[in-house]
Amino acid sequence: MNEMDEIVQEFLVESHENLDQLDQNLVALEKDPTSRDLLSSIFRTIHTIKGTSGFLAYHALEAITHVGENLLSRLRDGELVLTPELTSALLDMVDAVRGLLRSIEQDGGEGEPDHTELIERLTRLQSSTSEPRPALPADELDVEEPAPLPVAKLGEVLVSSGVVEQEDVVEAVIEQKSSGDSRPLGEILVQTGMVAQHDVDTALQAQADGKRSVADSSIRVDVSLLDALMNLVGELVLTRNQIVQHAATRDDLDLTRASQRLNLIASELQEGVMKTRMQPIDSVWQKVPRVVRDLSLSFGKKVRVEMQGRETELDRTILEATKDPLTHLVRNAVDHAIETPDARVAAGKSPEGTLLLRAYHESGQVNIEITDDGKGIDPAVIGAKAVEKGLLTPEQLGRMGPREITNLIFEAGFSTSQTVTNVSGRGVGMDVVKTNIEKIGGTIDVQSRVGHGTTFRIKIPLTLAIIPALTVTCAGDRYAIPQVSLLELVRLEGEAVQSGIEQIHGAPVYRLRGNLLPLVYLDRELAVGPGQLDRSRQTAYIVVLQAEDRQFGLVVDDVVDTEEIVVKPLSKHLKGIPCYAGATILGDGRVALILDVLALAQQANVVVVGRDRGAGAQGSAGGAASSDIETLLVVGFGAERRMAIPLAMVTRLEEFPVGSIEHAGSREVVQYRDQILPLIRLSSFLGLGYSEPATDEVLQVVVYSEDGRSVGLVVDTILDIAEQVLSSRSDFADHGLLGSAVVQEHITELLDVRQAILAADPHFYATAGV
Amino acid sequence: MSITSAEKATQLFTTFVLDGHLFGVEVESVQEVIRYQEMTRIPLATDAVGGLINLRGQVITALDLRRRLGMPDRQEGRDPMNVVVRTEDGAVSLLVDEIGAVIETRTAQFEPPPDTVTAKAKDLIRGAYKLENTLLLALDVSRAVEV
Repeated sequence: MNEMDEIVQEFLVESHENLDQLDQNLVALEKDPTSRDLLSSIFRTIHTIKGTSGFLAYHALEAITHVGENLLSRLRDGELVLTPELTSALLDMVDAVRGLLRSIEQDGGEGEPDHTELIERLTRLQSSTSEPRPALPADELDVEEPAPLPVAKLGEVLVSSGVVEQEDVVEAVIEQKSSGDSRPLGEILVQTGMVAQHDVDTALQAQADGKRSVADSSIRVDVSLLDALMNLVGELVLTRNQIVQHAATRDDLDLTRASQRLNLIASELQEGVMKTRMQPIDSVWQKVPRVVRDLSLSFGKKVRVEMQGRETELDRTILEATKDPLTHLVRNAVDHAIETPDARVAAGKSPEGTLLLRAYHESGQVNIEITDDGKGIDPAVIGAKAVEKGLLTPEQLGRMGPREITNLIFEAGFSTSQTVTNVSGRGVGMDVVKTNIEKIGGTIDVQSRVGHGTTFRIKIPLTLAIIPALTVTCAGDRYAIPQVSLLELVRLEGEAVQSGIEQIHGAPVYRLRGNLLPLVYLDRELAVGPGQLDRSRQTAYIVVLQAEDRQFGLVVDDVVDTEEIVVKPLSKHLKGIPCYAGATILGDGRVALILDVLALAQQANVVVVGRDRGAGAQGSAGGAASSDIETLLVVGFGAERRMAIPLAMVTRLEEFPVGSIEHAGSREVVQYRDQILPLIRLSSFLGLGYSEPATDEVLQVVVYSEDGRSVGLVVDTILDIAEQVLSSRSDFADHGLLGSAVVQEHITELLDVRQAILAADPHFYATAGV
Repeated sequence: MSITSAEKATQLFTTFVLDGHLFGVEVESVQEVIRYQEMTRIPLATDAVGGLINLRGQVITALDLRRRLGMPDRQEGRDPMNVVVRTEDGAVSLLVDEIGAVIETRTAQFEPPPDTVTAKAKDLIRGAYKLENTLLLALDVSRAVEV
C-alpha cells in the first residue's frame, strides 16, 4: 500500500464513521433545530470531507459537500431554519456522499454519478428565505475553520462552558503575552478573580479528555487480526485445559504452580481478547433514528425513538448478526404497528408513537427489547390467518393460548399485512428474523396487548466462541451442556435411583421441591441406551435445564466437570442432527459433542415445537398439548363428572347466595367488588343440563380477572388442586372442552376456559387485550 | 478426473487396504495419513459416519469407508487408520484397514469397473488400475465424502 492509498483509506474509514454520526445528528437536529452543538458538529464533518476530497481531487464529492456546507452555514448563521424538507435534502446529501465513498472504496474512483438535481435542490433551498431567526452570537459558534482534530484551548473551553466572557479571556491572554508572564492562563484567570479554581480544573480535565480520546487512547485494528487472535486464544485455552489436567495427575509442585499461573493468564488473556471484540450495541442502533424518520415520513406517521442501554456491549460477530433482524423489527413496527396520528388520537393515544429500544445484560446473555405503543397484535386475527393459511386446524387453534397464537407470526410464510408495502410484509418476514436469531444461539419472543403495543424480546449470548459448559457422561461417552441452560444438578443415590423417578402414564417425572419435573433420558434421546435406569445403578444425575420457558430434567450417568469449552462447528455430515450444537475438544484431547438443549427438549416434546417448520400443522399444536406440567383446579358436576381448570386461569374462588343473582339482559350477573360480574353456568354451557337450585343454595364460582374485567364460572363443587403432566390427554373434544386426561386416577375433562369466558362476556378479550 | 489422468501419462496414488482390496486416492487430494486416533462416536448419525477425531485442535469427521462401500465391519479390536483428505467443506478422514505405499500408475493400466460390481461400490469406484499382481481400485473421493 503506498502512501496515497493509505491516506485515502484513512479518509474513507473516518468519513464512514462521521457519516453515521451525521445521520443521527441531523435527525436529532430536527427535534432541536437551534442546537449549537449539533449544528457545529454537522458543519465540521461536512467541512472536513469537503476539504479532504478537494485535496484528494474527488471533484464530485467536493461539489456536493460544497453546496451542503453552504446550506449548513446559512442554517448555522440563523438565516435559515431547519424544516423537514431541508433535513431530507441534507440526509439525501449524506446518502450521496456515502454512495461516492463506497464507489471510491470499491473502484478507486467516484464513478460517474449524476447529482445535478440534488445540487440544484440544495442550492435552491439555500436561497429560499424562510423565517430567519436571530443569528447566534459569533463567539458561541466559533467553528468557521476548525482544525481536523481540534483540541480546544483552555480559554475556549472556559468560554463555551459559560464561566467567563470572551473579552476577559482575550484580555488575560494579551496580558500574558505582552508582559511575558510565565504563569499559565488558568492561573492568571483565577488570580484576577474572573473564574473559580474548580472551573479551571474542570476545563483542564475536559481538555485532557478531548486530547486523549481522539489521539492517544485508541488505534484502529483490522477485524481479521482480532478474529485470528480469538482463534489462537481458543487454541490456548484448549492447551491450557490439557496441561492443567495433566499437571493434576503428576506429583510435581513446580509443574502445578506453573500450570496454575498459566491457567490464570490464559483466562485473563481470553477475557481481554474477548473484550477487544466487544462493541456497544449503539453501533447498530445509531442507524435506527434515520430509518424511522424516513419511514414515518413516507407513511405520514409520527414516531419518536427512545433508546436505553446503548452502551451495552456485544461480541462483534453477534452484533453483526443482529443487524438485519433489528432493522426488520423496527421497520415492521413503523410500518404495521404504529398507527397514523389520526388513528392514534381516535384511540385516545398521543399522536406521536413511541419506539423503545432497550438493551441490558442478564445472566450472561444480552436482552434486546423492541417495544412500540402501536395497535398490538390481535391473537384472533393471527389465529384466523393461521387457519386460513393452513398452518393449523381450527381445533388446534382452539387449544392454544393467546400467547402461543401470537407467536405464530414466527411461522414460515406468515404475514398478516393486508397490503404489500415496499417496506415489509412480503411474506418472508418474522420467520427469517427468528431463524437469524436462532442461528446465533438466541431466542425471540413476542408479547402484545391489543391496542397497547407490542414488545419483541431477543435474548442472545454474549459470545459464541468460548462458553462455559458442564460435561456429563452417558453410555460411556462424554457430552458438553452449555451452562446458559443449566439450572441445577440433582444427584440420586441408592434407593432414590429407583424410587425417586415416578411415572405418569409412562412419562417419567421427578418431584423437585414439590413440583413435578418432566424427565428426559439422554441415552434414549440419542438412541444409545434403554431410556431407563438399570436396577443395579448406585447413582444417577438429573441435570435440570431450562429450554425456553420450560424446565426439564436430563437424566445422565455421571457429571464430570465444568470447564470453558471452545465451540467447533460440525461438518455438514452432521448438520442434519438437531441435538448437537457443535463439538469441542476436552482437556484430555478427546472430542465431545455439545448438546443443543432446546433441540433436545423439542425432540422429547418438552417444549412446543411451534417453530418446527417441517412438522407443519400437526407438529405445532400437537406438541403443545403433549407434556406440560400444569397446576389444575379440579371441579365437579353432578356425582360423576370432573373437570379441570388451569390454576393460571383462576383468580379467586367465591361463593354467592343464589338470591344475589340479578339479570342484565339475558345474562346472569352478581354485584361483586363494586362491579358487575357476569356469570356463566358451566353445566349449561357444556350442555350437561342443570336443575334450578333452591334459592337458599350457595353458588360456587371460579372468578377470573384480567385488566379489571372479571367473569364468574359457576361450578357445582370445588374438589381439589392437582399438579399434573398433561402428557396423556386424549383429543376427543366436545364443545367447550380441550380433551380429557387422567388426573388423580379419575378421567377428568379439561375445560376450554377461553371459550367459556367468551360465552359469559363476548367482549372480554377485546377490551382487556391479552 | 479420468480425462486428466489420460492427459498425464502417470498418476501417483496413496493406497490403502479395505477388506483385502487395494484402494487408492490421488495423492493431490490427501492432506495426511495418520495412525489410529481415538474417536468419539456420534449417536443418531448415519452409520457411515465413524466418529469425530481431534486433528491437532481441529474437529474432523471420520467416515467409515467399509460401511460406505457396503463391506462387512472391521473385526473387533482392529483399529482403523486415517487417510485425511481435503474436500470443499474442509478436511475429512477416511477410515481404512491398513495404509499401503504410494504407487505410480499409468493411464494405460486403467479400466472402468465392470457392471458386475455392486451398485453401491460402483458409485464410489472410478475404475481399476491393472497392476502386475493386483488391482488398484481408484476411489472417487468427492463422492465418497458425500454422506
